[in-house]
Amino acid sequence: MQDEPTPIELTKSVADFLRSDIAPLVSGHQAFKLRVAINILDLVTRQLTQEEGSDAAEVERLRALLGMDGSVTELNRALAERIAKGEVDLATSGLAEHLWATTMDKLAVDQPNYASYKRELGQGG
Amino acid sequence: MIEAELSRSVQRWCKGATGATSAAKLSGGASQETWRFDIVHPDGPIGAILRRSPKGYGAAPTRAAGLAAEAQLMQLAYEAGVPSPRVMHVLVPEDDLGTGFIMQRVEGETIARKILRDDAFAAARPHLARQIGGVLAGLHRLPQDKLPELRSRTATQEIAEFERDYRSLNWPKPVFELALRWLRDHDPGPSTEVTLVHGDFRNGNLIIGSNGVRAVLDWELAHLGDPMEDLGWVCVNSWRFGEIDKPVGGFGSREELFAGYEAAGRTCDPARVKFWEVMGTLRWGIMCGGMMQRFREGPDHSMERAMIGRRASETEIDLLRLLVPRGS
Repeated sequence: MQDEPTPIELTKSVADFLRSDIAPLVSGHQAFKLRVAINILDLVTRQLTQEEGSDAAEVERLRALLGMDGSVTELNRALAERIAKGEVDLATSGLAEHLWATTMDKLAVDQPNYASYKRELGQGG
Repeated sequence: MIEAELSRSVQRWCKGATGATSAAKLSGGASQETWRFDIVHPDGPIGAILRRSPKGYGAAPTRAAGLAAEAQLMQLAYEAGVPSPRVMHVLVPEDDLGTGFIMQRVEGETIARKILRDDAFAAARPHLARQIGGVLAGLHRLPQDKLPELRSRTATQEIAEFERDYRSLNWPKPVFELALRWLRDHDPGPSTEVTLVHGDFRNGNLIIGSNGVRAVLDWELAHLGDPMEDLGWVCVNSWRFGEIDKPVGGFGSREELFAGYEAAGRTCDPARVKFWEVMGTLRWGIMCGGMMQRFREGPDHSMERAMIGRRASETEIDLLRLLVPRGS
């Protein structure tokens, strides 16, 4: 087991430093790039915070849907192949719910301010 | 410095010009660049734009029409009254500037967030969706016998091409598989009418002024195909910048777009437009994947590219909203 502070605490501290102390000092294209850098650190922090729980739920849904076991990557590959072959489609019980839940979890990490995500969140899930 | 070459060039073809000044690179990757500069002229400076592939970058990517075709299309559009910059000069080897062309600079805004929010565009916004319909009608009516040689694609060929692009990424995405399936099942078949298609008609490629659309830019992906493709692409949610209830670029409704198009004497097929909107959403998602791949494999190892890769999930939620809306 690695020592503490955790990766979440570390990335968050770097993002906070860049946002509060460095951002006011830079301008122009460098300021734009700094914003992108801060966005990356924020995204990584969100992923580290949420990934474990959302991956576990995703694996559980995929197992039920596919009737097989595997890592989250293997199961996603299997689902993609079955949809491509036409073995699984929107008539398959649970597929639409699974894709919605997985996509909402992705947006929560990638782009929580994306308007479509905020709209769907407002409608409950 | 590029100004020396530009100065020599403008003196050859622009009557009275004595040089070029204030050159600044606006955008561009390795193979294609855009520069702004001013032509020094006794009657006052003339704003100009250079679009070029630098020396040694002759070959265009497979989907691109090529800069010579782009110049010809912009000139045709200008002559037909479609808002477009006037092409001033097509580069020749003596210019020593690579291949490309120089056009008159059109003042206005291309940044969608400003167009959608700033007061300067408040009067134009309510009319933009309808106006865009009219602009597309004019574009689809450009005389076919005058067009440069362009690639031609049916919906079926496009689906196959995007599927190939997606599979080459080795990036399994169940939502993209579902969208590919939907597209195959809803393939409308060959269009009864084949016209010029702009191919990238959206926010960012339109110069907007306080009075509306002033110029259509970036004809790089122009081709022959189903005119409804352009109407679908401009409705893709990725160009609405948060204004998700205004499908046409965040400006207005599909009905206004269709009304503007039909008022110009052309006919819409809303089912085909929806097909192309789904296709366009998937297309942008696969393009995000391409950015991820280029970020990974270099040479452009930029943070911006990395983050665009992460925007593929935006197209996944938009595809779900189009194909399996919740509560349906």
